[in-house]
Amino acid sequence: MGGVNCPACGAEVDALHRFCENCGQNLFLRRTPEGGPLGAVGQNCPACGAAVGEEGFCEDCGRARPSGRDRMEFDLGLVAGVSDRGLSRVRNEDSMAFATVGPEGAPDAVVLTLADGVGSTRRADEASQAAVDAALERIADCLRSGKDAHESTVDGFAAASEAVAALADPESAELAPSCTFVSAIATPERITIGWIGDSRAYWIAGGQSRQITVDDTRYAQLRQAGWSEEDASTSPGAHALARWVGADADREPPNIAVVDSPGPGLLVVCSDGLWNYVPAAGDLAALVPAGPPLTVAAGLTAVALEAGGGDNITVVVLPYPFDVAGSE
Amino acid sequence: MSDFQIEVYQNEYLPQAATEVNAIVTVTCSGSGGGAPVAGTSAAEVIIVDCSGSMDHPRTKMAAAKRATAAAIDTLRDGVAFAVISGTDIATLVYPGKPGMVEASERSRAEAKAAVERLYADRGTAMGEWLLLAKQLFDTQPSPLRHAILLTDGKNVHERASKLDRILGEVGGEFVCDCRGVGTDWEVKELRKISETLLGSVDIVAEPEDLEEDFRAMTTAAMGKEVADVALRVWTPQGARVKFVKQVEPSLVDLTGRREESGPRSGDYPTGSWGAESRDYHVCVQVPAARIGDKMLAARTSLVTRTGDILGKGQVLAIWTDDTALSTKISPEVAHYTGQAELAEAIEEGMDAQRAGDVETATAKLGRAVALAHASGHEDTAKLLAKVVDVVDPARGTVRLKRDVSAVDAMTLESRSQVTKRVGTGGGED
Repeated sequence: MGGVNCPACGAEVDALHRFCENCGQNLFLRRTPEGGPLGAVGQNCPACGAAVGEEGFCEDCGRARPSGRDRMEFDLGLVAGVSDRGLSRVRNEDSMAFATVGPEGAPDAVVLTLADGVGSTRRADEASQAAVDAALERIADCLRSGKDAHESTVDGFAAASEAVAALADPESAELAPSCTFVSAIATPERITIGWIGDSRAYWIAGGQSRQITVDDTRYAQLRQAGWSEEDASTSPGAHALARWVGADADREPPNIAVVDSPGPGLLVVCSDGLWNYVPAAGDLAALVPAGPPLTVAAGLTAVALEAGGGDNITVVVLPYPFDVAGSE
Repeated sequence: MSDFQIEVYQNEYLPQAATEVNAIVTVTCSGSGGGAPVAGTSAAEVIIVDCSGSMDHPRTKMAAAKRATAAAIDTLRDGVAFAVISGTDIATLVYPGKPGMVEASERSRAEAKAAVERLYADRGTAMGEWLLLAKQLFDTQPSPLRHAILLTDGKNVHERASKLDRILGEVGGEFVCDCRGVGTDWEVKELRKISETLLGSVDIVAEPEDLEEDFRAMTTAAMGKEVADVALRVWTPQGARVKFVKQVEPSLVDLTGRREESGPRSGDYPTGSWGAESRDYHVCVQVPAARIGDKMLAARTSLVTRTGDILGKGQVLAIWTDDTALSTKISPEVAHYTGQAELAEAIEEGMDAQRAGDVETATAKLGRAVALAHASGHEDTAKLLAKVVDVVDPARGTVRLKRDVSAVDAMTLESRSQVTKRVGTGGGED
């Protein structure tokens, strides 16, 4: 009994307990809201200012009130993210979730997940949300039970696969909702990245930026194999996804990359809504604004919106090391 | 109380710059259960029998009309207010004996049938007068469930068309009227104008002996109505415009011109009274263009009673997308009823051309009608068309006009041209 209080309800809790006896709050996990934002934003129509009816449409101009998913901003201090519908898409089918694992104020690890719903599938937004929630919870559980980051990444990915596959309609498997997936586990020693698809992780340090992930596209694989930009991009189906998460996907483990004992820097995880407008990894560093992680995430999102916002944009930013003192 | 349900069928996805939104609104009234007449639901019924001189040629016509009227009277539930009108160039109240209506009972039914038995054919035809008297009779009744049957065998020759129009303007919305033409000397367009204004049906009864069964069926249907004066309310957003509202099933009725403003950006279209039944409406709305990614409520459709009770609601949406896989899909329901409307139009234009001796246009239009009836599986109409044209290739609509078309076949096709086939059903129903 070390005089610790539950961050949610304030009740005194045992420092070794995982959940608050009073309200059920997970004491070792501070995370973004499960299921994403609930409800909608604002009372009045953003297009004309008139009242919005209970069905969610403006009583004057008929416009739909934006969904909470249209613009999501989560900030846990140490890590923050922004996800935006963009300017062309009807829905935001990207999702993100992140958490600090361990006692409040002195976390052992930071976990972040991001998924981009594949647009041609129905309920792609539910798929991406299910993927990030399932993976985040599983990874946190694995870390708590002593598994290493590599194992936890594989397990987390498996949980995401199960959650997304469960959404499929058994009658029409070809329409199964699917998504890309990327996770990052940052511990004091290293950052472990797992991914499937073309959502990316970048490492930015000393004014330089480099891409940690390799897209699961034929183009990226050919480039990796030494093909020229021109040859690779004219190859048939060059930019189609080679792998994804869903009922109709392979169940092979994710790609994994590790950044060992990195110095101070910034981990940026994003969907293609951002990197489509910044194709060269080296150009990203110059676009990163100074400030706390939420400012960085919002700034990079704005870059994509100003360039056209043709797709959903999601950016999650983690300054490293996740030094508690420096996060205020 | 009857339960109403509204379902909307549409493809809500629009390509960039598109501004027309189409939807099929299916309204289903479950009735209060079983379809059995509800005791205590008050209703009023007026039967109008043409007694003009031509009803005696052949003599079987008047006799059949009397039997049919008697059958309708027998079908009335106890307690339903009713009256019988004899129609010539004036309207005469046959039953009851003094102005007004009486409740159906064993005694009143017998009295009414005896009065009907004494009817004889004489004088001319002025349908406006008949409808005016019917309205005056209904005015004496508190019940909103008001139904009339109008039977005629001839054209409205003893009053000007403008007078009939004026009277229709006066009686429209006061009661529902099903119209029947017996024989082939009446005019389909004239009777259709009456039935559409009064939200009823029109049909030919070619053989006098079939009248009895038809009158019984109409009265049974009228006794099954439970909710009167229901309107389809359509709300559209600022800057939008309703292009049309049509009933498309069980028959085509253009309601666009019947709109009555009911609030800001909201208008009511009359649908008459409802029993346990289902009807489809095609709503077409012009909306202001919006950006890719925008979502809009293009229309809110609801069913309202005269007292303003809302019986059901449905949403017509518009979502603009650059995904052509989504925006190029055509709703099968919208496509089906658009085809049914085109079918009705092709029949009407084809028969007009045939009458005018324009063989080329008649062949083209009726050929198109054959192809549309074939493609939509509208077997009833396909059969009627085959009596007017020789079908060479139903799929392509290759036809030859028949040399001798009987008046009955031509008028049957015209009378039923607006009867549609329900989307997605297999066999032809009535």
